[in-house]
Amino acid sequence: MAMNEKYEAVIGLEVHAQLLTNSKAFCGCTTKFGNTPNSNVCPVCLGMPGVLPVLNKNLVEFTLKMGLATHCRIAPKSIFARKNYFYPDLPKGYQISQYEEPICQNGYIDVELKDGSTKRIGITRIHMEEDAGKSIHDMDVDTLVDVNRCGVPLMEIVSEPDMRTSHEAYQYLSAIKQIVTYLGICDGNMEEGSLRCDANVSVRRTGEKQFGTKTEVKNMNSFRNVERALEYEINRQIAVIEDGGSVVQETLLWDADKNVAVSMRSKEEAHDYRYFPEPDLVPVLVDQTWIANVKSALPELPAERRNRFVDTFSLPKYDADILTLEKELADYYEEAAAKLAKKDSESYKSISNWVMTDVLRVVNEEHVKVNDFPISPENLAAMVNLIGEGVISGKIAKEVFEEMLKTKEHPRTIVDQKGLVQVSDAGALEKIIDEVLANNSDQREKYRSGKTQLFGFFVGETMKATKGRANPKIVNDILKRKLGE
Amino acid sequence: MNVNEPFDVFRARLNSGEESCEARTQQYLSTISRRKNLNAFLSVFEDEALAHARSVDKKIKAGGAGHLAGMVVAVKDVICMKGKRTTCGSKVLENYEAIYDAAVIEKLRAADAIVIGKTNMDEFAMGSSTENSAFGPVKNPIDETRVPGGSSGGSAVAVAAGMSSTSLGSDTGGSIRQPAGLCGIFGMKPTYGRVSRYGLVAFASSFDQIGPFANSARDVAHILKVIAGHDERDSTSAKLPVPDYLAAMNRDVEGMKIGLPIEYFNEALNPEIRSVLEKRIAQLRDHGAEFIDVSLPHSEYTIATYYILATAEASSNLARYDGARYGYRSPYAKDLSEMYTKSRSEGFGAEVKRRIMLGTYVLSAGYYDAHYRKAQKVRRLIQKDFFDAFKKVDCLMTPISPTTAFKFGEKVDDPLQMYLSDIYTVSANLAGIPGISVPAGVDRQNLPIGLQLLGKQFDESALLKVADFLEQQE
Repeated sequence: MAMNEKYEAVIGLEVHAQLLTNSKAFCGCTTKFGNTPNSNVCPVCLGMPGVLPVLNKNLVEFTLKMGLATHCRIAPKSIFARKNYFYPDLPKGYQISQYEEPICQNGYIDVELKDGSTKRIGITRIHMEEDAGKSIHDMDVDTLVDVNRCGVPLMEIVSEPDMRTSHEAYQYLSAIKQIVTYLGICDGNMEEGSLRCDANVSVRRTGEKQFGTKTEVKNMNSFRNVERALEYEINRQIAVIEDGGSVVQETLLWDADKNVAVSMRSKEEAHDYRYFPEPDLVPVLVDQTWIANVKSALPELPAERRNRFVDTFSLPKYDADILTLEKELADYYEEAAAKLAKKDSESYKSISNWVMTDVLRVVNEEHVKVNDFPISPENLAAMVNLIGEGVISGKIAKEVFEEMLKTKEHPRTIVDQKGLVQVSDAGALEKIIDEVLANNSDQREKYRSGKTQLFGFFVGETMKATKGRANPKIVNDILKRKLGE
Repeated sequence: MNVNEPFDVFRARLNSGEESCEARTQQYLSTISRRKNLNAFLSVFEDEALAHARSVDKKIKAGGAGHLAGMVVAVKDVICMKGKRTTCGSKVLENYEAIYDAAVIEKLRAADAIVIGKTNMDEFAMGSSTENSAFGPVKNPIDETRVPGGSSGGSAVAVAAGMSSTSLGSDTGGSIRQPAGLCGIFGMKPTYGRVSRYGLVAFASSFDQIGPFANSARDVAHILKVIAGHDERDSTSAKLPVPDYLAAMNRDVEGMKIGLPIEYFNEALNPEIRSVLEKRIAQLRDHGAEFIDVSLPHSEYTIATYYILATAEASSNLARYDGARYGYRSPYAKDLSEMYTKSRSEGFGAEVKRRIMLGTYVLSAGYYDAHYRKAQKVRRLIQKDFFDAFKKVDCLMTPISPTTAFKFGEKVDDPLQMYLSDIYTVSANLAGIPGISVPAGVDRQNLPIGLQLLGKQFDESALLKVADFLEQQE
């Protein structure tokens, strides 16, 4: 660690987000994932001779949302450019992208660090482009090409070199994922490639102003890999410098299986993309009305929502953080909270506990999406209401929860069918307790002689006798009175 | 039966039943076959064209036939027709069949025009003589030892030799106007954005424009009326109404102001061409047109600017011919890199390769600013020259080409001389303005001399009006 303190890393990220538009960036083909290879195609995305691109307005709209959510300056006029290179999955021999004059510039994202402090990471630019197809190399035959992905809209978010640790990069990337999913413009799935991240990394002696030589790290296809790969590369560069060497500017590919970053051959990266303005498209003009409309339609963003959860529901910050991490979960919580009978901090906290522990446990164990969770927010709230009304105990509620998972029934139905209604009738409970005390006279004597820790034993015996249905509060009251006699 | 008669006249006789599309189509087909040696066509749709002609005949009889019913059109082989070979005059696309129809083809069909075949051209529309076709040069019907001009040589010859009533070409730097001039017919490059480029195989996207060849200005107007107009598939096509070109052609030039660019009428101008133009100027003057000398101060940079920008775009537009998906793939390639280099080296002709290299060079890191970016700036200055001139005049008159039709091989080994064939025409493509080539006379060898009219953006009407006037003069 001492070695690391002598050095400081400088990290900038380039994040590609696949946008959830229905059709492709420059033609009417569907963007649906998983269709038969080479079926989501038309002359335009196949790059047939004579075709022309037509801009999908939603590509602009989605990128504007991201730009405005990250405090960017929106260019009133931006242009597309051609990025020229040869590859079999690039039918036109160029990718339509933006180079000079991108649509969004000079924004930022505030990310929270481990110590609770906030750091502002600058966004250099966000631009629009089209995806290439997929080359499939690991077949017995030659390389196969699937062009379904050709022309699927992408947004590239380029950060300033503002991050100093792999943790900061991780937090920044998480924040981007959170924002794009909140905006509903990208599903944020790194493993499936709908969110991709390349990093520019260099190190310098702490306190130095000048940047060191940077390398580019690619192929980090999970959040965890990004952190690991950056950690690896930072340490590698420090070791090179410590050994008296100098860092070579190159592109490295992260190998997640071996936990190493491997250098690409320099020949492959010696690209001159010969960018020039795309003559087949006219400039994208964004007026103040459009900006105002997009701005006013922006949903509540993660940071605002977290703060509101703390303020409105009196939740601890920890709860608010977890509940708002994903928009679906926050929506779920909020819908459930709205159905609570008692709108007090106790109920809000109670339902937060259920969501954070029980709902999330099932979500993670069963890999279900929050939106597909078998228990509706209404039913979860109804269950918490039943606890509040004293109809069931918290303990019985666990049983009801499991049953709801299986049957998706309303908790009241389950409680009635299974006879799980809590026994709150003091007279009936007193009778049962009298029996318990009579059957355990030895323990009762010991209690009286001062072994008061036996109180729990009597509660347990009473619960056993009622099959867990006794109202714990009333049981406590009666037992205290009787044992005190 | 005069195949060169104006479409209006022919149509009237069609409507009265004196003529049939079928007979006329058959006549064109016979001429195509008789003059096969001109090498004007790369494909001829004999049976299909006749069948179409018969159905149009029925439609005319039944009433409700389209605006171009009875017009037989030849189409440059750079325009896509579904299920038809679209070679662009290149070995690379020798066996390529288009999978969709170009916008202009849809419009021609909807107007009941009959497409008779696809015409020969310089490879990917790069050339000024049609000597760069992978399928052999096209001969000028007036003198078969001479070129017809290019790159739309086949389309010009189809009309000039009576193989079709009109034809479509494409004009990136003069490829319609120059061959029209060398073949003695009318040829128009409309304003950039007037006609959809959807389905026109791109050479230089910000210059390319489809336009007609015809034996009369009125026929140019007929076909332009049909193919012009906004197309949402071409983002650069203009959202402007298409004016009634025919109504504007009233042959009244009284009070029109016509500019003569002093830079084009310098001492280098061929004296025969000058005297033909002067005769035409006198005719217009006699009918009340006013001639004004104007200056286009950046004219000397035209050719250089054009060859930087057009080749830059071409280098990118032609990247898709890589042997991966369609078109020529070298049988000798052993790996991916060889598939690219061998397919392209073997598939493309010398002129295309020269332009791809030039275009790649001007876009390369370290050269972009000095070449491409600077040329873009000069392009804007050239545009401004024209806009300034058009503040004073309704249109400009210029020569169309420095020489009349030249002999085969005369310039093909001297690219610079060949490029200079376009010196009077490329400026219209740089400025995005319309231009028309009008037959103006002949030289001592009886070879056609054309003149060029250049107009304001989207003001094809003024050009057609003057062209139609000149057509009536002897």
